[in-house]
Amino acid sequence: MENVDYTEKVKDHFFNPRNVGEIKDADGVGTVGNPVCGDVMTIYIKVKDGVIADIKFKTYGCAAAIASSSIATEMVKGKTLDEAMKLTRNDVANELGGLPAIKMHCSNLAADALHKAIKDYRKKKKK
Amino acid sequence: MRRVYMDHGASTPVDKEVLNEMMPYFDKIYGNPSSIHTFGREAFDAVEDSREKVANLINAKPDEIIFTSGGTESDNLAIKGIAFKNKDKRGSEGYHIITSAIEHPAVLETCKYMEKIGFNVKFLPVDEYGIIDLDELENSISKDTFLISVMFANHEIGTIEPMEEIGKIAKAHDVFFHTDAIQALCKTPIDVNKLNIDLLSISGHKIYAPKGVGALYFRKGIKLQTITHGGGHEKGLRSSTYNSPGIVGLGKACALGKNRLKKDMDHLKNLRDLLIKKTLEIEESYLNGHPEKRLVNNAHFRFTAIEGESLNLRLDSKGIAAATGSACSSKKLEASHILLAIGLTPEEAHGSLRLTLGRMNIKEDVEYVTEILPGIVNTLRNMSPLWNR
Repeated sequence: MENVDYTEKVKDHFFNPRNVGEIKDADGVGTVGNPVCGDVMTIYIKVKDGVIADIKFKTYGCAAAIASSSIATEMVKGKTLDEAMKLTRNDVANELGGLPAIKMHCSNLAADALHKAIKDYRKKKKK
Repeated sequence: MRRVYMDHGASTPVDKEVLNEMMPYFDKIYGNPSSIHTFGREAFDAVEDSREKVANLINAKPDEIIFTSGGTESDNLAIKGIAFKNKDKRGSEGYHIITSAIEHPAVLETCKYMEKIGFNVKFLPVDEYGIIDLDELENSISKDTFLISVMFANHEIGTIEPMEEIGKIAKAHDVFFHTDAIQALCKTPIDVNKLNIDLLSISGHKIYAPKGVGALYFRKGIKLQTITHGGGHEKGLRSSTYNSPGIVGLGKACALGKNRLKKDMDHLKNLRDLLIKKTLEIEESYLNGHPEKRLVNNAHFRFTAIEGESLNLRLDSKGIAAATGSACSSKKLEASHILLAIGLTPEEAHGSLRLTLGRMNIKEDVEYVTEILPGIVNTLRNMSPLWNR
């Protein structure tokens, strides 16, 4: 039988998610996922001098989706945009102490949402 | 912390009386019921006594009951057994089975397998409550139809199917009628003669007997082909040494279930109705399944903008055991086929919660769950991008 247990770190971030919420005057916003699949994630960033000064998320989905959003926001807060762009799905999963194999693809969308938010910021800045 | 078990649709505890009845068959009356010595004869008598108790519960005769390892095996034996035995007796256009789109995988996957090996299978659609269309059932019957298999009550949403009407249609067209009664047993009266049921699947661990034991009722005169070859137990239909402790437990659970049926039903219905009433006070919460034609112990909800696995884990952290039809908690990552069949969108199906009550639940359990639930729904909605009320 496959193991359906989450790591303690996943549980910690699921039950006590960090940086939940919205940033009303965000510099960049990224939404990924699809309610049909059961996961939707939005990440809001505030940028100052090329650094992520503030970051918030809202996630609809399973424990893996919520925990990966939470930990990803912690991992990149205070990092430069270039550093944040290098964050991968695997980095997020590793930081959580691993995710059940079945959850790796569908629920581990935080890096994608973050990259989208950064691209959104860069696009807006060009204008 | 209070611990509340509301997942009796998944499994029940073994009743103390059942457990006491079983105990001697582990270490005192341990003979093989097929052996000729006294050790064996004593165990044999207990097996036959249980057969009678199982039969009594559904108004069948003891020789119409065979013991199995559980519900899945009973469903497999019913469908394959009758199909393999009768396949040469029907017309040349193919052998036809009619079932419903909302069956338990034990029936659904067996029927899909039958399709793969050359049988034709009709999967009847259901309405928004999960009830099959009787006209479509009757219209689907051809001269090659030999079996109708429709569940007594649905394991997820608790909807009770129109057994009496299906039985009449089956009888009128001379088609065998099998029902998976695993969730319904001991929660609603079942009389196989009154309902014209030819085959009926039973599972122990949903009725306070242990896991790993079940039974199949099949009407006298019906011939089945075995799917388990071996030593020839159960008239050659189901080889395998008798699980005498388990069988004794199943028999006792059936006897208890029969005696307590009215008491259990009244108790469960009261709790269920309170649970439904209180839960539906939550904003944008909905009841899945039929408002009246539902199992007395089943309450099935959905909540907008949240996902069921998250909801279940948070309930678990408060000591509450429940279940969900969300894709995120399934092995295939697909939303429940039942929730999709009643017309819910995948998104709606993800936000589902199944609470199934049991004999031991009390009013305080319902009060605890309905106290905790709104806060959890709220917390999850506050972090959901789909919730912007």
